[in-house]
Amino acid sequence: MHPDELNALQRAAADDPGIAGFPGPDGLRVLGRRNRKPEGLRKNTGAEAYTDDLALPGMLHAKLLRSPHPHAQIVSIDTQHATRIVGVHAVITGEDLPTKYGIIPWTRDEQALAVDKVRYVGDAVACVAAVDEDTANAALEAIEVEYEVLPFYLEPEQALTAEAAAVPIHGPKREGRNGNVTKHVELEFGPVDDLMAAADVVVEGDYYFHGTTHAPIEPHCAIGHVDADGLLTVWSSTQVPHYLQRELARVLGLDVARVRVVQPAVGGAFGGKSEPFDLEFCVALLALRTGRPVKLLYTREELFYSHRGRHPMRMWYRVGASRDGKLKAVDARSLLDGGAYASFGLVTTYYSGQLLTAPYELESYRFDSTRVYTNKPPCGPKRGHGSVQPRFAFEISLDKLAAELGLDPIELRRRNFMGTGRTVNEFRVQSNGFLECLEAVERASGWKEKHRKLPYGRGVGVAGSCYISGTNYPIYPNDMPQAAVQVQVERSGRVSVLHGASEIGQGSDATMAAIAAEELGVPLGYVRVLSADTDIVPVDLGAYSSRETLMVGNACVSACRQVAERVRGSVGSALGIPPERVRLAGGWAFDAEEPTRDDRRLPIAAAFQIAEAEHGTLGAIGHYNTPKEGVHGEYRGGTIGASPAYSFTAHVAEVEVDPETGFVDVKTIWVAHDCGKALNPMLVEAQMEGSAYMGFAEAIFEHQVMKRGNPEGGLHDAPSLLDYRIPTSRDCPEFVSLIVESADPEGPYGAKEAGEGPLHPSLPAIANAIWDAVGVRMDALPFTPDRVWRALRDHSARSA
Amino acid sequence: MRETLSLTVNGDLIETSAPTHYTLLETLRYILGLTGSKQGCDKGDCGACTVLLDGEAILSCILPVQEAAGRSVVTVEGLAGGPRPSPLQDALDLTGGAQCGFCTPGILCSATQLLAGNGSPTRDEIEHALSGNLCRCTGYTKIFEAVELAAAACRSGRTAGEVLAARAEGG
Repeated sequence: MHPDELNALQRAAADDPGIAGFPGPDGLRVLGRRNRKPEGLRKNTGAEAYTDDLALPGMLHAKLLRSPHPHAQIVSIDTQHATRIVGVHAVITGEDLPTKYGIIPWTRDEQALAVDKVRYVGDAVACVAAVDEDTANAALEAIEVEYEVLPFYLEPEQALTAEAAAVPIHGPKREGRNGNVTKHVELEFGPVDDLMAAADVVVEGDYYFHGTTHAPIEPHCAIGHVDADGLLTVWSSTQVPHYLQRELARVLGLDVARVRVVQPAVGGAFGGKSEPFDLEFCVALLALRTGRPVKLLYTREELFYSHRGRHPMRMWYRVGASRDGKLKAVDARSLLDGGAYASFGLVTTYYSGQLLTAPYELESYRFDSTRVYTNKPPCGPKRGHGSVQPRFAFEISLDKLAAELGLDPIELRRRNFMGTGRTVNEFRVQSNGFLECLEAVERASGWKEKHRKLPYGRGVGVAGSCYISGTNYPIYPNDMPQAAVQVQVERSGRVSVLHGASEIGQGSDATMAAIAAEELGVPLGYVRVLSADTDIVPVDLGAYSSRETLMVGNACVSACRQVAERVRGSVGSALGIPPERVRLAGGWAFDAEEPTRDDRRLPIAAAFQIAEAEHGTLGAIGHYNTPKEGVHGEYRGGTIGASPAYSFTAHVAEVEVDPETGFVDVKTIWVAHDCGKALNPMLVEAQMEGSAYMGFAEAIFEHQVMKRGNPEGGLHDAPSLLDYRIPTSRDCPEFVSLIVESADPEGPYGAKEAGEGPLHPSLPAIANAIWDAVGVRMDALPFTPDRVWRALRDHSARSA
Repeated sequence: MRETLSLTVNGDLIETSAPTHYTLLETLRYILGLTGSKQGCDKGDCGACTVLLDGEAILSCILPVQEAAGRSVVTVEGLAGGPRPSPLQDALDLTGGAQCGFCTPGILCSATQLLAGNGSPTRDEIEHALSGNLCRCTGYTKIFEAVELAAAACRSGRTAGEVLAARAEGG
């Protein structure tokens, strides 16, 4: 090796404290540190390219015509005038893309452009490609659609009536059923009725989650391009490139191998970009039709209609406990307002019950959940999919139970801690740091000095939760790996990591880079990451259900260790020591027993070269698949909600309530989260803060709501970022992150998820804090001033 | 219909022509190829399009481009003023204040204006300066920390990384 190259490596190692420093107590040098993200400075200098930042020569611009009616039959669509406008290159309608699609293979009920009928205001009916957006918009004006208006249903209760069943939003799957029911799930574990009857205390209540949307700052955007060879490429702001690739091929009738999906940088997703959307099919078909690249960028208003946000849910909860606070029986019923299409709804319906059962030991549990279609923008998965709503109801129930029993609410939760083992619905939990989470927020918040002790108007509340680190089974049934990573090692010391995970701001690229640097002993700056391009990287299922760190992380470890083993073998031979004594770290390959001996170490690039000479070019593909034995029950639905590992969270929220105005000022949220192992504490905190923020925002500010009545029924009430209020820098509480590490045997280095779990307790912790502050129970969201003020007024009227 | 105009962008005097109805943001992104400034709402609600106009943070998505004629525009691409990131950009990277990064260009411009006039901003002043920039990822905590870190770095003449290292050693 040339001395200059050697020096460069050593300098890089010295510049990188994670490499040059001694390993931490866990033996790790790169992981566990606050490393910069590989794309960080690109984002901070404006160099990072998002989908709308891409422009191709000759690119056309597309626009969608959307339905003004919440429910109507399409009688005719006349596109002749639009087609004749100068600058218009193509106009397509539902007949051009009739194949139904949907993220869940059993509930494909969407078409890119509506064929026979429209089901919500905003349902797309036609799409135009033109030389520029103005021309495309003018063409939309020239399209004539004749509708025959149908009765519409904005509430699930309404959609369940016999009258509505006669004119259903979707035809029933079986004769005689109400087509408006998407899914019904009923599961019971243990003798709920007997144990409820025998309980010393029973708390019962109705709860309401109002519905919120993701509102990423980047609007959805897609570009379609067909090369001379006929190969279709779609760039899209998606978080599921693999599923998108499959659905594009299916709907367009193309060979999957001839479809490429590239995911550029994504400006926030939160679950709102985790299924195929109309725009992706339209740009693909328009590119095929015109032979020109075609871009479609949603307006902000279109995001509010495309939605897929958190389902509104009406919930009824009954919780029974013994005198000493042990939970005996939980009985839950939920009605989910699904909006116009299925989306992930089948899973949501299961999740609304299945994900509730940890971190507590429940002796018996029953849930009964029904998802119903309504003529509104479709609901789907938002961060904390399906489980934020029931968690809200349940954690308030626990607070009420503690009050009834005269127990401290943290103590009540401690008494019901399940530890590891099986949940009542038979999920296997192998690590559980919930007690440490409770202790951390109790101590940090000064809970003992505050709860029931603060002056009127000020209060604290606690809540806990559990979440999955990925789903145990993929969305389409198959036995192939859920994640794979390809690692290439170049003789300069540079390492390339090719993976399919979707970097959406959460730090999956940073995590894979750090794992590679750790395992192969190179400086972090020597690792390049290439992700989410279906032509180049191995299949990964995408950024959903908090699966990336655990699944793609494990695959990355596997790939790196295959290479490292070859390098250690070659170096061992060269140094005359057994391979197991060779360590790769800090820019060196060295004898672990005599690390300072100059004749027992090699610069890592030299080590790679020796290995390459012996084995050929260095590289490996690692993969990960979930454990299938003993991780869940064998009942129908038992697989849904099963995960390789579960994360745990506890929050304490402190609020100040103005009884005159009903304004709730959330002062501080202490967030303790068991992420197994913080592979980068900065990124873990970022997820904890961002999650707690999003939960707080849903509790206090946000409400996805449609107008009622005629003629504006079904119109979004506030389809802008001015009117749909998301918190500004002046609105947020202080977030205090407290990382808890309870290593899970299934996670890479013990790591579990951190991206969604820490959202859940925000809402019930704030509700419980409001009760502590002013003595009213806020069982229905959101806690806007008018609603809190009314609750206070009703409370004082009752008290009087 | 197009109109020619001249303006200074990131220090360069530029003559260009743009459709008369174009905003400054459209001109930057679609004519000049400076795609760092983002469009999040296109109506002045989110702040992702924030740039500096004669040193003042403004919403480029609602500014007709003619109003920028003869004036000086600095976008996120021009904040560093050289090959190295500015102390603020460096600090935001070190604290992890950019997650998805889409609001980041606007945040950086607003915070740059703040720091230009106030070397020791309080938390309240930072919150106020950034109140027109919506961030959906962070809850703002790490962004506030970055602005404070950048201010400390500039005051002490050290890099943001050096300030953090000194803090870790108790200095």
